[in-house]
Amino acid sequence: MAEARGDIVATGAASGILARRPSARARLLRHFLARPLAVAAAAFLVILIIGAAGAPLIAPQNPYNLQALNLADSLLPPAWMAGGKMPYLLGTDVQGRDIFSTILFGSQTSLIVGTGVVLIAGSLGGFIGLVAGYFGGWIDTVTMRIADSLLSFSTTLIALLLLGIIKNGSVGLVILAIVVSGWVQYARTMRGSVLAVKEEDYVLAARAIGGGALRLILKHVLPNAVAPLLVIAAVDFGVAVMLEATLSFLGVGVPVTQPSLGMMISQGKDFIYAGMWWLIAFPAGVLMGIVFSLNILADWLRDEINPRLQRR
Amino acid sequence: MIAFVGRRALQSIVVLAIVSFISFLIFQYIGDPVLTMAGQFATQAEQAQIREALGLDRPFYVQYAEFVGNALRGNLGVSYVARVPALGLILERLPASIELAVAAELLAVGLGVSLGSLAAAYPRSAFSKATLTGSLLGVSVPTFIVGIALILVFAVGLGWLPPFGRGEVVPVFGSWRTGFVTASGLQHLILPALTLGMFQLALLFRLTRGGVIEALQTDYVRTARAKGLGPVRVIVKHALRNVLIPVVTMIGLQFGQLIGFSLVTETIFQWPGAGNLLLQSIFESDFPVVASYIIIVALLVVGLNLLVDIAYAFLDPRIRYG
Repeated sequence: MAEARGDIVATGAASGILARRPSARARLLRHFLARPLAVAAAAFLVILIIGAAGAPLIAPQNPYNLQALNLADSLLPPAWMAGGKMPYLLGTDVQGRDIFSTILFGSQTSLIVGTGVVLIAGSLGGFIGLVAGYFGGWIDTVTMRIADSLLSFSTTLIALLLLGIIKNGSVGLVILAIVVSGWVQYARTMRGSVLAVKEEDYVLAARAIGGGALRLILKHVLPNAVAPLLVIAAVDFGVAVMLEATLSFLGVGVPVTQPSLGMMISQGKDFIYAGMWWLIAFPAGVLMGIVFSLNILADWLRDEINPRLQRR
Repeated sequence: MIAFVGRRALQSIVVLAIVSFISFLIFQYIGDPVLTMAGQFATQAEQAQIREALGLDRPFYVQYAEFVGNALRGNLGVSYVARVPALGLILERLPASIELAVAAELLAVGLGVSLGSLAAAYPRSAFSKATLTGSLLGVSVPTFIVGIALILVFAVGLGWLPPFGRGEVVPVFGSWRTGFVTASGLQHLILPALTLGMFQLALLFRLTRGGVIEALQTDYVRTARAKGLGPVRVIVKHALRNVLIPVVTMIGLQFGQLIGFSLVTETIFQWPGAGNLLLQSIFESDFPVVASYIIIVALLVVGLNLLVDIAYAFLDPRIRYG
């Protein structure tokens, strides 16, 4: 990538020539600003978070309040097209719901699921990986075998089966169904970095002067092993958002009374032969925007954590 | 060697035992077969009679043993909806799913590896940068959006390709009917295969590109270049060879994911495969079919993983002692 060239100058041999050593935080910010795609991704996410959090204030209509819907205004095209009208900026769906408002509320669901999955799967997987990596032995064998087995099956399939069998899904259940196999990635990554950190001199030294297991883990191993988990978390947030949309698209995700980007697309799918592209294009665009932005940020984070790869 | 394979085989059996137990729980306890058989208006006495006839009054472990025994003999119960053996229903649909998966895999490997090598050969070119960003987009777009977008553009918009179904199929042997040999079958295959393969295509592209770039910086490639070999020969003969192992690993690892994505793809394109059947059965609470599907998928996934492990042990002696 083009931006990598500047980094080599700063981090490579030439950095000695530069008289001052910028602090880690300043360097992080500088690298970030040098990547226009990463800045755009972050900006998109910030706007989306504000839009989703402020949906009740910003949205022209509450699409899940049946009294606010007007069936006469159903299937309107976006406002700038012939037949479209304000306040329906991006048009309306078959029930007369404003697409723009539904997207704002639907993004709430996406963000809640993403946050829930990352927090629960991350702490569960991180904990399991930490214990497995630090103590090894049978705990390691058993947990990693379970992880391998779960990994060989698809997260989509596992979540679909769980939700399909339980029925009556809810946002909480969707989160849990994704976590069932979602913790594996974190556990494996954490285990890997714990195994590496465990043998570092400073950890061996701390153990030699008689540090207890808990103290060693919390003070020395964990802080140095946690960084790769951030990259996984950024990617996984996007995966969780995609999964929620996919499950809702298939009809086993959040209940129909809940706004969801996946469900919007599922309902819009029936109208694509009628050329009503706006029913799908806008929610799909936002969904892809969320996942794409997160992947871009994950790429940037990965390069920061592992500068060796930056030279590509 | 034998010990390694034996250990792996044992692990596979443990996984299958756990999966079969989960299937048993679904089969036996969710979606009450008594109510299904007797109807909602059966009296207590009638229900008890059916429960006894089905053997549901016996201890739990006896029932599980019987379930496993039946499963080993290929008897996985009868579909509540179609009233025919559940296993037969799935096996009938399996060829369509396998053909779709194979086509998707061929597309993903063919395009992913060749585009990846090309992008690695000219890492500073506009093509390389565009495809790299494109591949990030490829892993960011959910399968169902890829499918709908392809239908919108190539079926609804341009009218080039059919939007759903499998087209004309011809029988090969038994219940296997193939769409690979008819023009209509191939036309129907393109969009779903592209949809299903898109994620892997992007993944394999990134893997190949990264691997080839790394290999191009090694000494043996420099030597090959010094000998005067051209760029194509250097990449195909020297650099790519070292990338193939991670590529094969990725294909093996992603097989389970492929099954998950095929559920979505089959639903969108109304592809008459096993994934479509599963979704339908979930909505109809047809639990014998769901349980059978789980067992079949587990057998496929676990079996394939075992084969890959054994193949590795043969290829790479270091793994045997890992």
